[in-house]
Amino acid sequence: MRRWVFQLVVTVSFVSLLGLLGFIAAGNLARQGIATGYGFLFGEARFEISESIIAYSAANSYGRALVVGFLNTLKVSLLAIVLATFIGTAVGIARLSSNKLLAGVAGTYVEALRNIPLLLQLSFWYGLLTVTLPVPRAALNPVTGVFLSNRGVVLPMLEPHAAFGHAAIALVLGMAAVSLLNRFAKRRQEKTGRRPTIAPAVLLLLVGPALASWYFSGAPTALDMPRLQGFNFIGGMRLSPEFAALLFGLTAYSATFIAETVRGGILAVSKGQSEAGRSLGLRPGLIMRLIILPQALRMIIPPMTSQYLNMTKNSSLGVAIAYPDLVAIGNITMNQTGQAIEVVSIFMVVYLTISLAISGFMNWYNHRMALVTR
Amino acid sequence: MKVFLATLLVTTALCSAAEAGETLDRIKARGSLVCGVSEGIAGFSAPDSTGKWAGMDVDFCHALSAAVLGDADKVTFKALTAQNRFTALQSGEVDVLSRVTTYTLTRDTALGLDFGAILFYDGQGFMVPAKLNITSAKELDGATVCMQTGTTNELNVADFFRSIGKPFSPLAIEDVNELNNAFFSSGRCDVYTGDTSGLAAWRSSLAKSKEDYVILPELISKEPLAAAVRHGDQQFGDIVRWVGFALIEAEEKGISQANADEMKTSADPTVQALLGVSPGNGKALGLDEAWALNVVKAVGNYGEIFERNVGAKTPLGLQRGTNALWNKGGLIYAPPAR
Ligand SMILES: N[C@@H](CCC(=O)N[C@@H](CS)C(=O)NCC(=O)O)C(=O)O
Repeated sequence: MRRWVFQLVVTVSFVSLLGLLGFIAAGNLARQGIATGYGFLFGEARFEISESIIAYSAANSYGRALVVGFLNTLKVSLLAIVLATFIGTAVGIARLSSNKLLAGVAGTYVEALRNIPLLLQLSFWYGLLTVTLPVPRAALNPVTGVFLSNRGVVLPMLEPHAAFGHAAIALVLGMAAVSLLNRFAKRRQEKTGRRPTIAPAVLLLLVGPALASWYFSGAPTALDMPRLQGFNFIGGMRLSPEFAALLFGLTAYSATFIAETVRGGILAVSKGQSEAGRSLGLRPGLIMRLIILPQALRMIIPPMTSQYLNMTKNSSLGVAIAYPDLVAIGNITMNQTGQAIEVVSIFMVVYLTISLAISGFMNWYNHRMALVTR
Repeated sequence: MKVFLATLLVTTALCSAAEAGETLDRIKARGSLVCGVSEGIAGFSAPDSTGKWAGMDVDFCHALSAAVLGDADKVTFKALTAQNRFTALQSGEVDVLSRVTTYTLTRDTALGLDFGAILFYDGQGFMVPAKLNITSAKELDGATVCMQTGTTNELNVADFFRSIGKPFSPLAIEDVNELNNAFFSSGRCDVYTGDTSGLAAWRSSLAKSKEDYVILPELISKEPLAAAVRHGDQQFGDIVRWVGFALIEAEEKGISQANADEMKTSADPTVQALLGVSPGNGKALGLDEAWALNVVKAVGNYGEIFERNVGAKTPLGLQRGTNALWNKGGLIYAPPAR
């Protein structure tokens, strides 16, 4: 009870302090003649953005420009999180390997990259990609339709067609069926102690309907081939060097922290566990997969969550190498409209939401893992 | 991020808005002027080989310090990026912004600034490698264009390509070294856009040979560069404006760094008023009557500042052009100092 009262008092005073500051700030801003309010979000942005997942042009609003930035932040953060998790886990396990060379290489990688500021690494990757790769006119062309230059990688892409939409729907339905099948298999295992083999059925359910609906909707295979026109490649799909450098840099850097987290988690599982596994005659790989990792996971997940949050925040360093993420677009908006407080408040709300989403997901996962291992 | 918002909120809330006379009092109490300049653009504000700041924008800071404190060297320079310059001024981190800043309506109003005299008439242009054999900006169809983020240039270039109905890929980079690399070293972009004076400056300091790069003839915008102060402190705004005008007036009246003291005996009433021989101007501005004399003795007149930093004999090699005095075919003009 006392604690509640205390918390309430603290919260109320904090909120009123914030309100007071905001009030005074608003007065001062008005006196300095600085614009306030969120109306600017509807104004025409009048600047272009180098890459966007959704359609965007300078004639769109600041609001839409910020959404473009937000999606770019999500794109690079999510991909980096997935890649860094795989690489980090592999490196963390490798560092504990009895193979001296492997452990040494993994250790060097972790120690070296962890101690170089990320900004410097991004600059390095960006420089490497843009300086070593040729200009578009002299682009490397390893396979027909694929070009590598300092403008990035361009790949052929399937021409848009309704059939792909149908295939996607079929895939989602297939996934739902797989999950049902899985549940059935589980119940069967609980009852009979024997798990039915479902792998072929899963494969069929995933691929079959998707392939069939693509085929019966006309089986389109037309490719949008990139070609050099004037200064640049047009057509196809493009992966910019800014995106690639940020993805590489963020992944390589964050994987070192994840590796350490994984290593710590594994070391925390008592030695008796692996000894018990060995005395049962299990191979080291199986001991790791069936005994150590599931237990280590409970130790690993909480610190992993904070790594993921860091990665999302660190992705904003991409500003330095021209990656148009939320912060980059926000900065331009701030500069053109003068509404720094409003834009920074948008940054806060967005990053807070992403953080809460990641924490929420990780907590759910943690909960699930905890139950399974009991 | 949260810390940033908190500081922003606290500084705007507590370091209250600029009030008349407040900036001048603070400078006097501190005994020095804090001047926001660029991170290093030759001819405007860049540290020289001995580490001393030099350039037109820097000379203006010295002039202001001479007028306000009677000593041209009481200046603390603060290097700012295009992106963070306005926040630095608004929050009171710098007293004045003298950093190749374009005078625009939004900055004058929504950003809460006031501008001094226009001391350089510039325009945005394009620079391309000479080997591309391009002669007009209209040929830049689909090109990748580099620019610095936080400038007027991002908007102008988008407007330009919209007006000619051609696509382009922008690359807006905040860090000026990264930006210069992208154009001069890696060729990540085909074109560099910015104020033409700035383009000439980068070319003079970064290109192996000046002939390797051409600045295309089209100017796509007007970039009148002026010093900026916080809106609200009209007195300091007046001082900044009139120090600029005094530099111009001095050139027009033939008052130079070398002859400033002799000119005090001039029979011309305008010269007498400017140099404080006949008093009044100093009092009106809240400064010593010798303010303009101190300014010219410290940095010379407008023409001298121009020639010393960006003129024909410097690496930038700029002609006076639009920046000649109004009676010599240019736009540089000062209202009467009386
Ligand atoms: N006049 C324009 C552009 C000024 C500007 O920042 N130009 C760039 C390059 S063209 C520059 O001088 N950068 C120097 C630096 O960042 O140190 C404005 O006020 O927005």
